[in-house]
Amino acid sequence: MTDFDRTIEAIYREEFGRVVASLVRRFGDIDIAEDAASEALVVALERWPVDGIPPNPGGWLTTTAGNRAIDKIRREKVRHSKHEAADMIRDDSPHEPIGMVEDDQLRLIFTCCHPALAPEARVALTLRLLGGLTVSEIANAFLVQETTMAQRITRAKGKIKAAHIPFRIPDASDVTDRLGTVLAVIYLIFNEGYLTSSGEPIRADLTDEAIRLGRIVRQLLPHEPEVTGLLALMLLTDARREARVADGELVILTEQDRSRWDRALLAEGNALVREALAPGVPGPYVLLAAINALHTAAADPRDTPWERIASMYDHLHAISPTPIVALNRAVAIAEVDGPQVALAQVDELPLTGYHAWHATRADFMRRLGRSDDARIEYDAAIAATDNDAERRYLARRRAQLG
Amino acid sequence: MTQYMFSVIHGDLDYTEDEFAQIVKDVDAFNTKYADITVFAGGLEAPQNATMVDGTGGTPVVTDGPFAETKEHLGGFWVLEIADLDAALKLAAEASKACALPLEVRPFQAEPPA
Repeated sequence: MTDFDRTIEAIYREEFGRVVASLVRRFGDIDIAEDAASEALVVALERWPVDGIPPNPGGWLTTTAGNRAIDKIRREKVRHSKHEAADMIRDDSPHEPIGMVEDDQLRLIFTCCHPALAPEARVALTLRLLGGLTVSEIANAFLVQETTMAQRITRAKGKIKAAHIPFRIPDASDVTDRLGTVLAVIYLIFNEGYLTSSGEPIRADLTDEAIRLGRIVRQLLPHEPEVTGLLALMLLTDARREARVADGELVILTEQDRSRWDRALLAEGNALVREALAPGVPGPYVLLAAINALHTAAADPRDTPWERIASMYDHLHAISPTPIVALNRAVAIAEVDGPQVALAQVDELPLTGYHAWHATRADFMRRLGRSDDARIEYDAAIAATDNDAERRYLARRRAQLG
Repeated sequence: MTQYMFSVIHGDLDYTEDEFAQIVKDVDAFNTKYADITVFAGGLEAPQNATMVDGTGGTPVVTDGPFAETKEHLGGFWVLEIADLDAALKLAAEASKACALPLEVRPFQAEPPA
């Protein structure tokens, strides 16, 4: 592959979601849209090296893909003489102005993240159709066989068609928390990149994609605090990416080299947190973002405002009483009230086998001088994670026990 | 328009008379409200009143039903004409509340092209 091909592929990846979303609106069919978008890439790889990259590559790809789709529908029409096929061809709508295209993307995100689809299918479909990742890339990211992932995606697309899941932005009367489902999918993609369950410490392709999707949704729904909160949360987390791993070993927040944090991302994240906190009672993503803002505001980790962080976690636990939130709150409580109090809270949580639970207990026990107990917990934490960087960190901590 | 079947999933039911009267009232209200999109709606007798018929061989074989002994079973269903799944889920939430039981929402197959 030449550098120019790579440039084309990069443009294609960037535009893919927009092209597919616009074609789905026009043809009402994901398979037709996806196939046509792929064909447009083949044409681009042929033509752009000769003709140069067009001034509006997204528009060019959409038009080319649209023409391919119409050709295909005409051919199928001859074979099957389907009524819908005839209807689709009559719709000769041109490449829409930008506002419309963004609506198309939002519609498609809501469809991909529909609660009637299995959670793992929502993630896969979103990465495929909005992110433009290939099936094999998605399969790699989630450590499943490519055939399994292909089946998962095919099944989900089949259900969208058979059950008539609409391509529509849900209205306020929708019975389920549709926006929450979309945000959960994006955050899951981010976390799979940031807290990867594979050997690599960080999968930047996934964190970058999640942030890109977060930016799209924020652009489309700028007045939803939780949308802003999620983007802020991801930016404030991603800003610490470089400092989070050193010499292949995980570095915990309070031990990170803060000069390696990305100042621009932190500034953007902080501005978004302020904006998201303004409207009133904050939701879970806004609270998590605010907690991260407090963590990153201190130039010296010793200046971390643990009491305010613990109180934010109290708020979060009140609206989202999950064991994971309780575990994170206990880390702040350990700083305010000491590890004894925190350990008592953590012991009750039903998180056996969860690596962070064992690692947190190990840390509290270490601080309480209970080395033998801590050693057992470090072993359990090491056994429970596949992330090499984290295992190295835990192993070093274990070796340092008295 | 698509036809969706709302299947009412029953477990062992234990209602007081008042609770049952309320359910009947609520289901009637739902049926009246959506009469114009209803293709069919009805409750089924208990599974022990089912009979199996197998006519695939020479002489039809009739046995005491049901097809499968399960803890939960189909208690009744609605077939409604609805635009899409989002609209169907909205109605299903209403129907489920009325009959005080969870529902399965399932689309009918489209008619094969002639």
